[in-house]
Amino acid sequence: MALAAGRGPGEPRRVAYLYILPALLVFGLFVLVPLVRTAQFSLYEWNGLGASTWAGLSNYQDVFTEPQLRGAFVHALVLIVFYAVVPVTLGLLLAAAMSRALLRGMGFFRVVLFLPQVIPMVVVAIAWRQIYEPNGPLNDVLRFVGLDSLARPWLGDYTWALPSVGIVGTWVGTGLCLVLFLAGMSRIPRELYEAARLDGAGAFREFRAITLPSLRGEMAVALTLTVIAALKTFDLVYVMTSGGPGTETTVPSYQVYNNAFLLGRVGVATALAVVLTLLLFVATVLINRVGERGQR
Amino acid sequence: MTLSITRTSTRLCAAAAVALLIGACAPGDDGDDGDASSAPTAGDVATDPSELGDITLTVWDQEVREGQTEQIEALNAAFEETYPNITIERVSRSTDDLRTTLRLALSGDDAPDVVQANNGRPEMGQYVAAGLLTPLDGYAEGYEWFDRFPESVRALASYSEDGATYGEGDLYGLPQMGEIVGLYYSKSKLAALGIEPPETTDDFVAALQAAQAAGEVPIQFGNSEPWAGIHEFGFIQNQFSDADTIRNLGFGRPGSSWTSDDNVAAAEATREWVDAGYFVEGFNGVNYDSAWQAFAQGTGVFFVGGTWLVADLTSAMGDDVGFVLPPAGASDSHLVTGGISIPWAIPAKSDAKEAAAAYIDFITSSDAMTAVTEAGNLPVIEADQQTTTGLQSEVFTAWAQAGEEDLVVPYLDYATETFYDTLTVAVQNLMAGQSDPQTFLDTLEAEYSAATGS
Repeated sequence: MALAAGRGPGEPRRVAYLYILPALLVFGLFVLVPLVRTAQFSLYEWNGLGASTWAGLSNYQDVFTEPQLRGAFVHALVLIVFYAVVPVTLGLLLAAAMSRALLRGMGFFRVVLFLPQVIPMVVVAIAWRQIYEPNGPLNDVLRFVGLDSLARPWLGDYTWALPSVGIVGTWVGTGLCLVLFLAGMSRIPRELYEAARLDGAGAFREFRAITLPSLRGEMAVALTLTVIAALKTFDLVYVMTSGGPGTETTVPSYQVYNNAFLLGRVGVATALAVVLTLLLFVATVLINRVGERGQR
Repeated sequence: MTLSITRTSTRLCAAAAVALLIGACAPGDDGDDGDASSAPTAGDVATDPSELGDITLTVWDQEVREGQTEQIEALNAAFEETYPNITIERVSRSTDDLRTTLRLALSGDDAPDVVQANNGRPEMGQYVAAGLLTPLDGYAEGYEWFDRFPESVRALASYSEDGATYGEGDLYGLPQMGEIVGLYYSKSKLAALGIEPPETTDDFVAALQAAQAAGEVPIQFGNSEPWAGIHEFGFIQNQFSDADTIRNLGFGRPGSSWTSDDNVAAAEATREWVDAGYFVEGFNGVNYDSAWQAFAQGTGVFFVGGTWLVADLTSAMGDDVGFVLPPAGASDSHLVTGGISIPWAIPAKSDAKEAAAAYIDFITSSDAMTAVTEAGNLPVIEADQQTTTGLQSEVFTAWAQAGEEDLVVPYLDYATETFYDTLTVAVQNLMAGQSDPQTFLDTLEAEYSAATGS
């Protein structure tokens, strides 16, 4: 036969590269080149203006030893709880509840819960900054119901500033998770539930034995998206707190910006960016590994 | 076989590409090493812009508050009318946004022609060190800036050529406005308390106590954008430390110490005032604009703020607002933080420097100083030649007194390239009770002494 061994049908492989060339060029120019340059900058000490000096790995040493930079990563980990763990859990519970009870106006609730996703983050941040103000709506409500002792300047409070930022992330992320899970649930054959019910399974058992395993793929997607959002948070912190009070709400992305553009420490900023990129990469791979394992 | 060769060559290609990228020149090393020697000498400055031909002048400013936009737009229009051959392309951003973008813009090949660059070490100092700004001395002679602008004003925008020494050397920018951070007060509230505007720290503390006893918020304050804290602490420090100490600390010159007794007293007073409840509750969670707006709407007897708020506060409060220099404390003089508004400079890579200098001269001319005044601001020179009423005239009086008695001390964040960050965090921590006065001062002293080698 004409088909040579080791070659698939159709045009030769090299032609295939031509098809992806335009996309590859754009990708290379706007993603790969900047990435490599960033990695290169991270090995220098440079103020962004004048000449630079070779610094080896000392910038990376700073990232892991300077309390302020290390603190930023700790804050990012805390934010993962608010951005990823809570929304996925809430989304699951809401989806399970919504799929069981056929509410009137389901569409309406779905839209309302998804709404935060379509509002630009800066608008979200400004709105919540006002909600959290010392004399803002949140404190007004607390005082109105007699919980005066709970009222506080949320974003200026050393204990509560980070959770306050995190809760905004929860508010934004829950809708996304819910919609993903609802879509996933609609693919689960009704027969499975019927069979389970015939076998005498209750609501909780149904959820654990059918819904949860069927949603593994969706959960992987939801976790990937929300964990990435948590680790690379910038806009909320920039608008709501500028990293304050003190350094209680600094996050890696904010420190990248602060060091590169305000402090003139481009080397440290890029080293931080490289570490953050690696962290995101590892998190994504891990989550997807776990997600895939279940589907096999 | 063919397949494996293709793979190997692809890998080789990729490796080569990476090597090429890495091998590319080190960051910031673009061949032409910041040689700003293209600055003119007095003889060859053309001071008639109408002979320069058709020019588009790109101007980056941060004049976005009420009164500032008004005057700069009027001056731009007048400039274009006077010199029809020059078109101004104005790019205006908030102070923070300008600061962020300027760094890249100055080092790029397509630099703007005129920019407002903050005069402290974190910005202008670094730009000068990197050779990104044009020394203006040549133009200054041509336009007689040395005669019109006093030494004290020019020093605030002067650096040695390597950017290491601040306060002397070449002139790198000219300001339009003067700026002091004084004490705004509500006239009706003070009258209701039966108190005069405070002259001394003791008066001030008595006024705060009286305000508190009457159920008023003594000092309105918002520190969620943490630079406000620099002004607030400066206001207190001015009442405890002497001018030389604050100037050494602010300009990053050796000879003083953050841990001296007077500074300890200032830091302790700050804590005491917070603990006594003199500042509005939750100030670390309030942003600056909300704070002065709350003051304008009647929450707060005092507000520590800069003269850039004059136009805003006048239109919000009318005759109810007054302005005085900070009370005199231990040093027995009304020291006041301030100096000049963000000066106008010419990037080294501008391709229209002569037109840029003409523009700077135009917006700082005597006519411009009148326009600045009419828009509700404080002109940096010739303030005594203007006619003003209300709050503005009180501010002008304070400015004149500060000039005559040499009371102006620099912003504390000028000190080192990273002092802004250190100080803002430290003040937030101190005022929130997260660190005690000693820790606060030790933090600042560590950075100051490392930078000055003292």
